[in-house]
Amino acid sequence: MLNFTNIFSVAVKAIWVNKVRSLLTMLGIIIGVGSVVLLTSIGNGLRAFVTDEFNQLGANTLIIFPNDIFGDGGGFSSKSAASSIANSKLKLTDVTNLQRLRDHVTQVAPFNLQTDTASFRTTQETVTVLGTTFEYAQAFNTPTERGSFFSKSDDATGERVVVLGFEVANQLFGQVDPIGKRIKIGGQSYQVVGVAEKKGSGFGGLSFDTYVYVPLRTFFRQYDTDTIIRIIVKTPDTERLDQHLAAIEAELGKRLDDDEFSVVDQSEILGTITQILGVLTLALGGISAISLVVGGIGIMNIMLVSVTERTREIGLRKALGATPNVILLQFLIEAALLSVMGGGIGIGLAFAGTLAVQVFIPAVVTPQAVALAFGVSTLVGLVFGVAPARRAAQLSPIEALRYE
Amino acid sequence: MLLKLSHISKRYQLGDITITALDDVSLQVDNGEFVAIMGPSGSGKSTFLQVASMLARPTAGVIRLKDKDVTRYNEVERAKLRNREIGFVFQQFNLLPRTSALDNVALPLVYANLPRQEHRRRSRNMLEQVGLADRLINTPAQLSGGQQQRVAIARALVNDPSLIFADEPTGNLDTVSGQEVIDLLKKLHSQGKTIIMVTHEEEIAGKAERLIRFLDGRIVDDAPTLQPPSSKKNN
Repeated sequence: MLNFTNIFSVAVKAIWVNKVRSLLTMLGIIIGVGSVVLLTSIGNGLRAFVTDEFNQLGANTLIIFPNDIFGDGGGFSSKSAASSIANSKLKLTDVTNLQRLRDHVTQVAPFNLQTDTASFRTTQETVTVLGTTFEYAQAFNTPTERGSFFSKSDDATGERVVVLGFEVANQLFGQVDPIGKRIKIGGQSYQVVGVAEKKGSGFGGLSFDTYVYVPLRTFFRQYDTDTIIRIIVKTPDTERLDQHLAAIEAELGKRLDDDEFSVVDQSEILGTITQILGVLTLALGGISAISLVVGGIGIMNIMLVSVTERTREIGLRKALGATPNVILLQFLIEAALLSVMGGGIGIGLAFAGTLAVQVFIPAVVTPQAVALAFGVSTLVGLVFGVAPARRAAQLSPIEALRYE
Repeated sequence: MLLKLSHISKRYQLGDITITALDDVSLQVDNGEFVAIMGPSGSGKSTFLQVASMLARPTAGVIRLKDKDVTRYNEVERAKLRNREIGFVFQQFNLLPRTSALDNVALPLVYANLPRQEHRRRSRNMLEQVGLADRLINTPAQLSGGQQQRVAIARALVNDPSLIFADEPTGNLDTVSGQEVIDLLKKLHSQGKTIIMVTHEEEIAGKAERLIRFLDGRIVDDAPTLQPPSSKKNN
């Protein structure tokens, strides 16, 4: 019936003839699609990153928290993390007790944290001091680039030795080899025995590269404490993870109350975090989807103006043989094209934006997000194009030709 | 017989008042005629043009085009009929702005569903015929009034219609350009085109071979023009 390519080229010409107005009309869709795609790619990137980090730890890892994090209702407890850390009841005794469960536990790495100043000669840096045992290096996947992690005997005697995070070593020593040198942490002298491999930064500069690692007993002495805020436990296998978890809980339960510790399978944490990120991505995507609707209204608005402005043109086209359906189709195609082109530009900008934020956040544009954005923008154009197109189609040629 | 209107009436409802724009008008136009229509404003000449050119529907009466009753055609059929059989020349030219002369002339072909290559070929031919072979890619803004009207005439011819309606074709032009346009219409007439032209200038009307005068929605006079016809009627 209708020669589609002819009508299509008419719509393309109409857009091309009004370049500036077309671009302004698209702006709402460009922003809408751009932000939807960008936000979902950030969300998806974060999820992939978190999953990856957890997988690095290995599926056979259990983490012991010093409070009942699955308190009321099953979610994370409302009790603030800071207060639970300050009131931690976990002690070195628990670590030794766990080490005895040879069927269920292969490695136990307890730790505590403290922010302090480290200095070498005149250079000073603020660092996070992590007191732990020699097993931490394996349990938490922290290999050394130079030197080695401190030994079991360093642990036992509480030697003043330190392993530097990659960034700390760089800042304090620059080109100088730090192995064997002495630095001061909180006024006490420590010998550098190793430098950890670069771990790369997570989000917002939070990075293990700015940590320094010292033996737990040394840490206890320096900061006058005997508590532990986390214990990382490696089990011999993943198949019987539930049994191992139960055994560990039973062992800790002998000395501690139920609400003074919780043993968490990392897949639980991962599940919770990805769930939160998923909801967050959806919420942010939903908010930016509102701008798509606004963009659609923008298209409708401009198309209505355009129909009024082009009344004579429409009258002429009808006089020369355009049927109402042809006019309807022409304006619908015009609206859809504006929307799709806006969507295309928006996706392009989202790609550029993704590249830009990759410096801070591991964002990835997914094909699904692109397909969805394209589909939605086409739909928006069609839906909001109907009213103006109908108005154009229903114009009487005589009235339209007389229109000034 | 090309066009036959029998007992055509056209009435508008304006609030409580009924306005009779055409009152029992009958008329025949043969192939190859050049008809001028005159009359004061409100005499019904414009309404006649709209009804005869299938833009508006009569309230009563019968329209036959090429011996076919087209009175009851629906909107789609009328659009197709206009596209095939009728060429329009307007007082305001009604060219698409920011669009080349070539694309303007091709407009009726877009709705005739002809292939795109055919558009270019035919449009170029038509522009050559009206003497604008060197203005193919110019937009209306780059053309004089006379040239714009010639583009519009090329557009009216491009579908090879059987009937051309011209509504005050010289009304927006200076004397010289107006003369050029009327000469062009006469040339088309001499080539066998049928033209119905509304005008309010006696001199322009005198270029046609038949003059119809409207008053109060009726035909009051229908006679050959005084000027000896420049072309043979049996053309």
